[in-house]
Amino acid sequence: MTVQELPGAAAYRPTPPPAWKPITDPAPLLPDPEPYRVLGTDAVADVDPELLLRLHAELIRGRRYNAQATALTKQGRLAVYPSSTGQEACEIAAALVLEERDWLFPSYRDTLAAVARGLDPVEALTLLRGDRHTGYDPREHRIAPLCTPLATQLPHAVGLAHAARLKGDDVVALAMVGDGGTSEGDFHEALNFAAVWKAPVVFFVQNNGFAISVPLAKQTAAPSLAHKAVGYGMPGRLVDGNDAAAVHQVLSEAVARARRGEGPTLVEAVTYRMEAHTNADDATRYRVDSEVEAWKAHDPVLLLERELTGRGLLDDEGIARAKEAAERMAAALRDRMNADPELAPMDLFTHVYAEQTGQLREQAAALRAELDAEQDHDEHGAEAGR
Amino acid sequence: MTTAAVTADGRRTKAKPATMAQALGRALRDSMAEDPTVHVLGEDVGTLGGVFRITDGLAKEFGDDRCTDTPLAEAGILGAAVGMAMYGLRPVVEMQFDAFAYPAFEQLMSHVAKMRNRTGGAMPLPITVRVPYGGGIGGVEHHSDSSEAYYMATPGLHVVTPATVEDAYGLLRESIASDDPVIFLEPKRLYWSKADWSPEAPAEVEPIGRAVVRRSGRSATLITYGPSLPVCMEAAEAAVAEGWDLEVVDLRSLVPFDDETVTASVRRTGRAVVVHESPGFGGPGGEIAARITERCFHHLEAPVLRVAGFDIPYPPPMLERHHLPGVDRVLDAVARLQWEADS
Repeated sequence: MTVQELPGAAAYRPTPPPAWKPITDPAPLLPDPEPYRVLGTDAVADVDPELLLRLHAELIRGRRYNAQATALTKQGRLAVYPSSTGQEACEIAAALVLEERDWLFPSYRDTLAAVARGLDPVEALTLLRGDRHTGYDPREHRIAPLCTPLATQLPHAVGLAHAARLKGDDVVALAMVGDGGTSEGDFHEALNFAAVWKAPVVFFVQNNGFAISVPLAKQTAAPSLAHKAVGYGMPGRLVDGNDAAAVHQVLSEAVARARRGEGPTLVEAVTYRMEAHTNADDATRYRVDSEVEAWKAHDPVLLLERELTGRGLLDDEGIARAKEAAERMAAALRDRMNADPELAPMDLFTHVYAEQTGQLREQAAALRAELDAEQDHDEHGAEAGR
Repeated sequence: MTTAAVTADGRRTKAKPATMAQALGRALRDSMAEDPTVHVLGEDVGTLGGVFRITDGLAKEFGDDRCTDTPLAEAGILGAAVGMAMYGLRPVVEMQFDAFAYPAFEQLMSHVAKMRNRTGGAMPLPITVRVPYGGGIGGVEHHSDSSEAYYMATPGLHVVTPATVEDAYGLLRESIASDDPVIFLEPKRLYWSKADWSPEAPAEVEPIGRAVVRRSGRSATLITYGPSLPVCMEAAEAAVAEGWDLEVVDLRSLVPFDDETVTASVRRTGRAVVVHESPGFGGPGGEIAARITERCFHHLEAPVLRVAGFDIPYPPPMLERHHLPGVDRVLDAVARLQWEADS
């Protein structure tokens, strides 16, 4: 008997596989076709002018902070500085949209976001100065340690937000990552976990065009990074990362959505890294000046000042005042960073385990002896050599 | 056969044969019952109760939020556990098999092991990572690795492994209670080993980091842990016929390493063999032999020898008996401990 001769064969109609049903409707998750903008559009009418002025003052401060930190590398006061110059709108907005009880998960390029959230800039910079890995208590500030291994902080944000939700706490986690970081496995796993758990997380991708030297075209074939959200069943939002008002609005909406218990959002901000990857990098090897020039005309400070001055909300005097305030911040930072940090070599052994192991006690004693000998040499050796 | 045991409040209770798997499950249950911040998460740990059934019944008793079936992604599981611990929970992660834990290594090496240190003590991570490890169960490729050397070589982690039913319970309770991250290595082939054990009156377990002498002897010391302990105990019994009275030290924890117990034993016996399944080259035995040599050189009658797995990828199950250190190899090593120099 052939298959055609089986009973019921004549009535057979193809059906979907038995267990199949669509899990999520993709249409509402899709990002806008173009990066969302507010400045210079009708949408700006809905923005509180006070917020625009606040954003402006913070952008000026942020720009000056980046310049000062870069200068500190040249003076040998910072080991390295990955600048967020050109990306200040993203850094500032990420900090401003969060409540005090919320958590920020910054990457190594996001010290400005941490500072804008209220962290002491010297504490934010210890990692890059090289005297301590994390210069602050993450729980006190609700700022996770600056994360260097790419995208690995994203699952932490998910776990923390999930734990807060289980406890019934109204806490949102905002996790920052770059365009390069979206290629990492942890990016995928974090977004998937967050969507499945409906965790109150905002994933904030700053697409600044480059992963050190590698341009986005070599990083992904996705329609946009925001489109990746759809694959996880969460909304993707695409925003002009140099439009501070737009970034603030889109992030605020994503935070509010998370707070309502509706789950995570992926936000891609299209921006540009105006400086090289760090002071140790040479950007002329992989990009042309004309590209940088085009972005200078789309600078976040410029866009906001054009809006504010055009509407008479800000004048030259106001800009000068904002710059003076930023200058005072920079001078204070410079002075404090010019002092040598206090180093505590014996602390190397203090926080490896809750209680030192026998092996560490032995090694600590050996280092102690070395330090004592050094000190002894410094005090008496010079005399003996005379 | 049953023996009597006494509970903490003085009641007499019957110790019945229990498996290591049951003792581990009981440890998880008791930890969760005592401390509401203890959360279990992993692949298949909820409805199924884990592929080895260690978490059986936990989701039913404590709910899906306390014992959670996660998406299948080890880095995501451990990374989420980091975030949960940052918020004050005490996650217990199950890695399904030794070799399936490798995707989580970046989270483990860069965050779990370092977080206390990189935050100056402000944010320790009390995470327990349970890893079924080792061979001898006929597992096909990628199911039988002895991965302890990787964990041992990572400062900031504790590495604990039980070899008895009683220790399985006690050490897991201690690991979950620890404020440091603990890699808790469960010897798969001992999951179904049995001993008289009363869950109502579990024996007190010493803090993590203490080795124990399982058999006293004067001729030589066998130093071992986890799945190789029964092998060494059997070898020690067989050695009696050869005229050797072997001491057997069960390390119980590779990190912290109990130099004191090991050193005291080897100074007494003057001879030592380290036994483990993990490949010998770059394995725990090299570190242990070096530590013994540094501390016991003038007491040693012979070089410290190692009986370890070969330096090969774990073999297919039909060949694994050739790879695993067995009684004969242990006795052969003991025979090579330069006894003729005595006479």
